[in-house]
Amino acid sequence: MSTPVIDLQGITKTYGAGDTEVNALRGIDLSIDRGDYVAIMGASGSGKSTLMNIIGALDVSTSGHYALDGINIDDLDEGALSIVRNRKIGFIFQSFNLIPRTSALSNVELPLVYRGVGRRERRQRAVAALEAVGLADRMHHQPNELSGGQQQRVAVARALVAEPSLLLADEPTGNLDSRSTNDVLTLMGHLHDQGRTIVMITHEDDVADHAGRVVTLIDGLISEDRRNTA
Amino acid sequence: MNILETIRIGLQGIAANKLRSGLTMLGILIGVAAVIVLMAIGNGASVAVTSSIESLGTNTLTVRHGTFGGGGESGRTQFKDLTVDDAVALVDPVLAPDVVSATPVVSAAATCTYGGSSYDTSITGTWPSYFGSTNSDIATGTPLTTDDVVNSRRSIVLGQTVIKELFGEADPLDKVVTCGGVPFTVVGTIEEKGSSGFLDADDVAVAPLSTVQSKLTGYGSLDTILVQAASSEVSTAAESEITSILDQRHGTTSEDTRDYQVLNQASLISTVQDTIGIFTVLLGAVAAISLLVGGIGITNIMLVTVTERTREIGIRKAIGARKSAIMTQFLIEAMVLSVIGGGIGVVLALLVTRISVAGVTPVIVPSSVIGAFVVSVSIGLFFGSYPANRAASLRPIEALRHE
Repeated sequence: MSTPVIDLQGITKTYGAGDTEVNALRGIDLSIDRGDYVAIMGASGSGKSTLMNIIGALDVSTSGHYALDGINIDDLDEGALSIVRNRKIGFIFQSFNLIPRTSALSNVELPLVYRGVGRRERRQRAVAALEAVGLADRMHHQPNELSGGQQQRVAVARALVAEPSLLLADEPTGNLDSRSTNDVLTLMGHLHDQGRTIVMITHEDDVADHAGRVVTLIDGLISEDRRNTA
Repeated sequence: MNILETIRIGLQGIAANKLRSGLTMLGILIGVAAVIVLMAIGNGASVAVTSSIESLGTNTLTVRHGTFGGGGESGRTQFKDLTVDDAVALVDPVLAPDVVSATPVVSAAATCTYGGSSYDTSITGTWPSYFGSTNSDIATGTPLTTDDVVNSRRSIVLGQTVIKELFGEADPLDKVVTCGGVPFTVVGTIEEKGSSGFLDADDVAVAPLSTVQSKLTGYGSLDTILVQAASSEVSTAAESEITSILDQRHGTTSEDTRDYQVLNQASLISTVQDTIGIFTVLLGAVAAISLLVGGIGITNIMLVTVTERTREIGIRKAIGARKSAIMTQFLIEAMVLSVIGGGIGVVLALLVTRISVAGVTPVIVPSSVIGAFVVSVSIGLFFGSYPANRAASLRPIEALRHE
């Protein structure tokens, strides 16, 4: 297979210094191939959020090497990181994180706005992404007019619209009822079937069961890396 | 990311909180309007005073008998009268090439009566050239003539205020008014000049010099000699010519012993304008402070906005907004606030300055309009840059964690 989407080697992350030093990650080696659907699990404090920030290019590691889609992330500056996030990563957050008072369509368009895509193409792609998540009829609604499940689907559309190499979902079902959880997980399953690479952070086993591969963290180290047998 | 998109996002941010945006704009609005209005009032006062002085003629100089201030100087031995001969001597093509005419003037306080009305005014005894020197146009009838002066006729020309007080709406021509017990026939009326605050240019009654001297004042010194210079540009030259002629005639040896004084209208105007200019600057400075306070209001509100929208900033950064995009977005919000506030302030000021305040009709200083507007925009830029920079420097993970 070609270069892995995510290639982490000996990643450590240390917060603070001296007595208050906290080693959130203590040497992570992880490689995720294109088209894989990976769940990262762990109890709170296991370092999974820190790992997600590093994979998402929101934060940089203290030491180790990280290549995303073949691009070395370690020594990029803030401006370059924002370009990487815009082009390579689609984020899905636990609390949806849509921009308030802004229509679903505008929210979905936003990554393309920051990429500098023209108005017409942007509109087309955003509409297509909303149709893909089944919300074509809600595109002019504002976030507070949508249910949690619908908001999360808008967020998925926003993550998809820029055709990123990686979908990065941070507890995507944490704020949803069971029905919406199912909707969103089914949607992610479809996306996986279409060949997208998905990394999902979660602490729920039944959510992780949807993924093809489950990586479990304990105390900043990978304790288990297994494939779900479908 | 083009600038139009950023402006659109900025406008959305403002629209999202209308009351707060409105109040912030109000600060800038009041500041801009205050600068323009106060400058306009100062300028209006200057224009009004200047035009009232100009209505007396900018190319006239007044030679006044006596001195201002230094009354009790022991060194003065002679105190010569200002005479008609002095006036005649001032019109000299050789010694005083810039002097066109010199008009002797005496004045006497008198009560004028006509029918049942009476009015206290001042009778001016002078020569026909008075009308030219003081820019007094004849409305009806005729001005005084040389004949009137030579024959000491009891003719009188009245200003509009005197006419209104004595005759009301009736035609004053050929009527006989009694001033200081002397009957005068009204031969003419002077066109209205308009009063400007402290000076009523229409409160005049002009009679022949010879008549006023013989009946009212006696043959003492003249009160003033009105000198008309060829133009206002040469009035300073005329002033020195007058001084040298009169110094010689009065035997004046130094400025301290001079028994007359020359008032130059042109220099009076510049003095008055300087004085009013200082007040205008003071008013403008006070207004500028309110503009500054308005600017601080923008910083304050933008800081609140940035804090409130930290999470939104985090989201935008996570999905790839660059630092410059966030910076521009918040800068534009601040600038839109100040541009709209400044714009409404300019409009408001233009409306307010159409009302006259305390007898002064404000006259807008164009540079103050442009200046105030430009300053308000720069204030938006300057005072918005700190909060905008703060927003742009937020780290995405921290901003996203913010509740």
